[in-house]
Amino acid sequence: MAEPPAEKTAVETVAESVINKNFKVPELIGEINVPRVEDGYRRKGVTSAIKPHMAKPAVQAKVGFPETLVDNWEEAAVKRLGELLEKYKSLQVYLDICVRCGSCTDKCQFFIGSNDPNNMPVARAELLRRVYKKYFTTEGKIFGKLAGAHRLDLNLLSDWYAYFHQCSQCRRCSVFCPYGIDTAEISMAAREIMDSIGIGQKYVNEILGKVHEIGNNLGMNPKALAATLESTEEDIEEEDGVPVKLPLDQEGADVLLVTPSADFFASPHIESLIGYAKVFHQAGISWTLSTAASEAGNFGMFIGSYTQLEKVAARVRNAIGELKPKRLVVGECGHAWRVAYSFWNTLIGPFDTLDPRYPAPQHIVEFTLDLVRRGAIKLDKSANDEFTVTFHDSCNVARGSRMGDRPGGQFTMPRELIKASCNKYVDMDPSTTMEKTFCCGGGGGLLTDEILEIRVAGAMPRMQALHAVMESDGVNFMALICAICKAQFTKVLPKYGIPMTVAGGVHQLVGRAIELGAKE
Amino acid sequence: MSGLTLIFGLFFYVSIAIFLVGFMAKVWKYGSTPAPLKIPQTPAPVSAPGVGVRYLQEVFVFKSLFRGNKVLWLGGYLFHLGLLFVLLKHLRFFIAPTSSILSTLVKFDVYSGFILVAALIFLLILRLAIDRHFYISLASDYALLLLLIGIGGTGLLSRFWENGHVRPSVPEVKNFVAGLVTFHPASVPEHKLFLIHFSLVMLLLIYFPFSKLMHAGGVFYSPTRNQIDNPREKRWVNPWAKQVTAAAAAPAAAPVAAAEEPSEG
Repeated sequence: MAEPPAEKTAVETVAESVINKNFKVPELIGEINVPRVEDGYRRKGVTSAIKPHMAKPAVQAKVGFPETLVDNWEEAAVKRLGELLEKYKSLQVYLDICVRCGSCTDKCQFFIGSNDPNNMPVARAELLRRVYKKYFTTEGKIFGKLAGAHRLDLNLLSDWYAYFHQCSQCRRCSVFCPYGIDTAEISMAAREIMDSIGIGQKYVNEILGKVHEIGNNLGMNPKALAATLESTEEDIEEEDGVPVKLPLDQEGADVLLVTPSADFFASPHIESLIGYAKVFHQAGISWTLSTAASEAGNFGMFIGSYTQLEKVAARVRNAIGELKPKRLVVGECGHAWRVAYSFWNTLIGPFDTLDPRYPAPQHIVEFTLDLVRRGAIKLDKSANDEFTVTFHDSCNVARGSRMGDRPGGQFTMPRELIKASCNKYVDMDPSTTMEKTFCCGGGGGLLTDEILEIRVAGAMPRMQALHAVMESDGVNFMALICAICKAQFTKVLPKYGIPMTVAGGVHQLVGRAIELGAKE
Repeated sequence: MSGLTLIFGLFFYVSIAIFLVGFMAKVWKYGSTPAPLKIPQTPAPVSAPGVGVRYLQEVFVFKSLFRGNKVLWLGGYLFHLGLLFVLLKHLRFFIAPTSSILSTLVKFDVYSGFILVAALIFLLILRLAIDRHFYISLASDYALLLLLIGIGGTGLLSRFWENGHVRPSVPEVKNFVAGLVTFHPASVPEHKLFLIHFSLVMLLLIYFPFSKLMHAGGVFYSPTRNQIDNPREKRWVNPWAKQVTAAAAAPAAAPVAAAEEPSEG
């Protein structure tokens, strides 16, 4: 391997990124074509220089990681990999049993959109598997490169930093793998190893620091939070003439709502917050938000750190102890719902102080749909007549969680709620929905502007499917249940020439359709 | 006992031992490594019998591969199906006297060996012809396909090449195998084709536990497939959670506190 020029330090080599000024937004043709890798060969590593900013030493320290690349990084990384292999069955099995059959090679939105062969899931996993083989397998020790073994040198570490931050951990590849190999598990492990040797991603680790310090990803202090909730209450009353409340830190409220902090002020997120508030108001169920747990998101998952995952989740346990709610409901957020649904019971359970008649935690869609089914709230579909709606299944909800009692409730329940809120609904191409849904392109800690090129590329398959239904059915609203999807699409839609107002929340539709006022 | 018998006898015992011990060690490792969190790939079964059905679909019809790539599925499925029948027919070298079902199978199934080899060649062509598959293929992937084609090819020749000089008769092989499994080695059939076929199979067995062939055991330990989707209904306990919690509690406070000290910055 060629050594980098002497004047560049190791960290600088790993962090070195290039903004491609010639990047062209893919053309919308309404279909998803898998690129030829031959083109990829010519442009080998075409996205290898697209890297997120590296976390500064102070940020690293705040989250408990080494401040910068440690001196013995190769040795330390191998040691950490060895520890993770002992702790994670997924990692141990998935690094061992891939047969490189190729079923996953055309399934990743980042490969389809970028045409960089290292973005094929198996190729991405091989970046870590090379090191596993080199240091942990007999096959790799004997046959070396013939079996794909390679030591972790600076070039490979540099590729790790690029390509493990071009994976949104959406698990689409795992659906098509004969063994269910989950690249998300592999990219989480790779990120955890990088953090452990002092290479962290600025965007995610800064946010983790803010959650620990202030209580939410956006770093919104309690005063600002109270003020924005108050002004939102005023806005609702002005518009609808109904005093809908957004209670904060109300001890003894029936429901504790934990929602992504983007809901408090970002657009279109806040429209969904207004929707939740109207549902609680009209159903007459007391509820509260919590300052301490003013964030449903848990970026600890993105970096594969169990410690961080647990620490961020602990705020919710504390809020339950403080506010003593009977029910725990989670707002519209994809990865947050995966963490809440799949991990909270393990991390901060059991929820034995909550009312056992309700699932804990419960998704806001489950909560609202139940009220709609029971007739406890009424929806006027015609309020959304200006929209022809489609639904984008969020990856983490689709492939990492469930709603309701039956498998697949995460697909049927949001659609049932949307259809109860509007008259015109169409689905996108079935090869891009439900468990086959594409990621928005901004999940897994990729929602940062310095890698906008990869986000635009990763959004391509969804944009094609959306474009197709916009053309054929006049779709002008794509309903979302994820804060990251909302932020990503409002940024990326205009790049494709689609108005950003096409992206909105499910509860935005509910909020517009709900009939407020006295019940019959 | 001839020198050749001694060599092939030892080869057999060593290969089988490496295969069995290696395979079991790997499976033991897969089984004993903890799964800290619930990560079934949803929609997933909500009960244990449901997980059983999911596995039946994966193991017997390769459902996920079918959804992923039909052409690849065809190659992979035919290979494994061919292998299954060929292995079943090989039982006639081990079972004495041969059962009637087995002799019927041997009599009427003259296809499976050909299907097996044809499927392997098809898979090799896919690796070479499809740009994406070519990109991800390693030398060891080709080596394994060639080894299997070698085994299948020599096997087919042994069965269908009507030449007593290159291939032994069934009773000759049976006698040798019976000797091996009862630890009373009988003389090895000294036919080149048989010796090559036998040696390649032994090489495969030795390589098996160290290679991607471990997908055969590993698939049953895949958390995304073998976990029940019931995290809300039944609390999943992380076996090493206590250590983490204890470890997290102490240093967690330290870095934050340190960051508040301006002098630390």
